[in-house]
Amino acid sequence: MTSSGFGVGRIRWNWFTAFAVILLLLPLVSETNTPTLLAIWALFALSLGLMWGYAGILSFGHAAYFGLGAYTYAIASFNIGESTIAILLAILIPMLFGAIIGAMMFYGRISDVYLGVITLVVTLILNRFMNATAGDAYRIGNARLGGFNGIPAFPILNVPGDPDAQIYGTSYYYVVIACLFGSYLLARLILGSAFGRALIGIRENELRMELLGYNVQGLKTAIFTICGGIAGLAGALFANWAEIVTPSVFSLGQSAEVIIWVIVGGVGTLIGPMVGAVLLGTLKILLGMQTSIDNSLVLGAILILVVLLIPRGFAPAFVAWRRRLAQLQAYRRHARGTSRRRLHVKEVER
Amino acid sequence: MSEIVVETRDLSVHFGGVSAVNNVNFALRERELRCLIGPNGAGKSTFFKSMTGQLRGADASGRVLIRGEEVTGWPTYRIMRLGVGVKTQVPSIMNGLTIEDNLWLSASRTNPQEADAAVEQIIAEFAMQSIARRQVSELAHGQRQLVEIGMVLASRPWLVLLDEPAAGVTGHEMERLVSIIRKINRDAALIVVDHDMHFVRMLEAQITVFNQGSILVEGDPDQVLNDPRVREVYLGNRTQ
Repeated sequence: MTSSGFGVGRIRWNWFTAFAVILLLLPLVSETNTPTLLAIWALFALSLGLMWGYAGILSFGHAAYFGLGAYTYAIASFNIGESTIAILLAILIPMLFGAIIGAMMFYGRISDVYLGVITLVVTLILNRFMNATAGDAYRIGNARLGGFNGIPAFPILNVPGDPDAQIYGTSYYYVVIACLFGSYLLARLILGSAFGRALIGIRENELRMELLGYNVQGLKTAIFTICGGIAGLAGALFANWAEIVTPSVFSLGQSAEVIIWVIVGGVGTLIGPMVGAVLLGTLKILLGMQTSIDNSLVLGAILILVVLLIPRGFAPAFVAWRRRLAQLQAYRRHARGTSRRRLHVKEVER
Repeated sequence: MSEIVVETRDLSVHFGGVSAVNNVNFALRERELRCLIGPNGAGKSTFFKSMTGQLRGADASGRVLIRGEEVTGWPTYRIMRLGVGVKTQVPSIMNGLTIEDNLWLSASRTNPQEADAAVEQIIAEFAMQSIARRQVSELAHGQRQLVEIGMVLASRPWLVLLDEPAAGVTGHEMERLVSIIRKINRDAALIVVDHDMHFVRMLEAQITVFNQGSILVEGDPDQVLNDPRVREVYLGNRTQ
C-alpha cells in the first residue's frame, strides 16, 4: 500500500508474543484475581481508546455500555441458567444500544461537547434507573434487578454447552486474557482496513471526508456500535469476576476513570489505554488498602501531572524516548567512527 | 449541444431575513469551464454550498439537478458519490496525515483496487515526491491548496467545484494551477470561484458574475469585463 500507514504503525509481533508469554506464565508466580480485574479494565479502556483515539469520538458516558454488558449478562444467565448465550447477549445488547444512541447523535449532527454531555446523561439516567429498581415489580424473567443492591448469585461463566463446568480462578484469567488479546487484534484489524483509515480521516477532518463521498455519520455510528460491544464484553467479564452487578457500573466515577486511563496511557494508541488502565488500576487497588489518602484525589493529581508533563500520555512518550535513544546511539557510533578514522589518518601521515 | 451536467432552477437561500442566493437559474454543460466572480457577500460560496448539500438548516428553495437527477435535499456524501469533487474556500485537508494518506483516502473511496497507482500518479504530476510523506500541517499554504486539488483529482470526478483555488498562491504556482485546471477540464466540467481577475483571465473561460445573490451577467471574458454593470458593482479598476 502506498500510503504512509496513517500513523497507526505495524503490529510488533515480537512484543506481542513476549507479552502473551508473560501473561500466560503469570499464574505460575502470582494470584490471578487482581490481574484478571486489571485485564478487564484494560479491555474497557481499549474500547474507549479505539473510539476516541482513532475516530475522535469522546464519550463521557462509556460506562453505559460496560454497565449494560454487566446487567445483560447477569439477567440473561439468571434466566437461561448458563453463560454462552448470556455472553453473546452482553455484547449484542450494548451494541444495539450504541447503534441507536450513536445513530441519533451522529445523524442528528451532534458532536464535540454536546456528544459528551448526551452520553454522560444517558449513563446517569441508567444509573438512577437501576438504583430505583428495588421493588419486586422490577424483574426480567426470574432476575430481580434489586435496585441499589443489584443482582447477586447469577450463574458464572461455564464451558459452552456444559453449565456444570464453571470457569473461575486461573481458567477465568486465561479467558479474560484471550478476550483482551482478541479485542486488541480486532482493533488492529479495523485500523488496518479501509474502514479504519476512513475513521482516522474523520478524526482529522469530517467535512473533507464527507466531500470525498464518505458516509461520515454511518461510519461513526458503526465504530460507536463496535466499541459499545467491546465495552459490553468487558462489563460481562467484570460481572463474572465480581459475581454481583450493582448500579455502580453505570456511575460517573466509572465513566471518568476510563477517560483518565486513556489520557494517562496515551490517546491515539491502542497500547496506551491498556497500559493506563493497568497502571492506574493497580494504584487504585493499592490506595484502596489504606484510608489516609482519598483515591479520587490521587487520580486527579496524577491526571493533572500527566497532562502537564507528558501531554500525549505514557505510551507515545515511551516510543519517543526509545526513538531519541536510538538516535543518540547512532550519533555516538558515528562520532566514534569519525574519531577512529582521524586517528588512522594521523598514523598514516606519521 | 453537449449535455447539461449541473443545473439550478430558481435556487434561493435565506439566512434569517437575509437573502444570500436569490432565484438563481444556472446551467453548466459537459466539460465546460465556468468562472464565478462577484464582490464579497455576492452569494458565490453560498451558491456553491447549496449545490453540494452543505447548507443544512438554511432556508432554501428551488431545485438542483446533477445530470438530470434532482439532488435537492440530498446529504453531501451522496451528491459527491455521483462523481463530484469539491475544493473548499479554506483548504480542507487532513492536517495530521501525510500527503500520501490524504490522497489515498480520496482515491480509495472511488477505486480501492487502483488507489495506490492513482496516488503515485498525482504525486508525480504535482512533483511532490520529496514531500509525499510529510504531514500536510507542515506545508506552505500554496502546497496545501495543491494537495486539496490533488485529493479532488484522485477521486476522478466529472464535475469539479473549486472555491478560490488561487487564494494565497504565488505567481509561479498560479501558472501551474492554471495548467492543472486545464488538464482537469479535459475530462470534467469545472466551476471556479475566484476573486483574482488575473487568474480568471488566465483561465480564458466563460464568466458568471454574481451580485447580491443573483446572476448579474454571463458571457465570455471580454464581454463580461467590459460590461458597465460589472464595472460598477464589482470590478472598478480591477480590469487593469
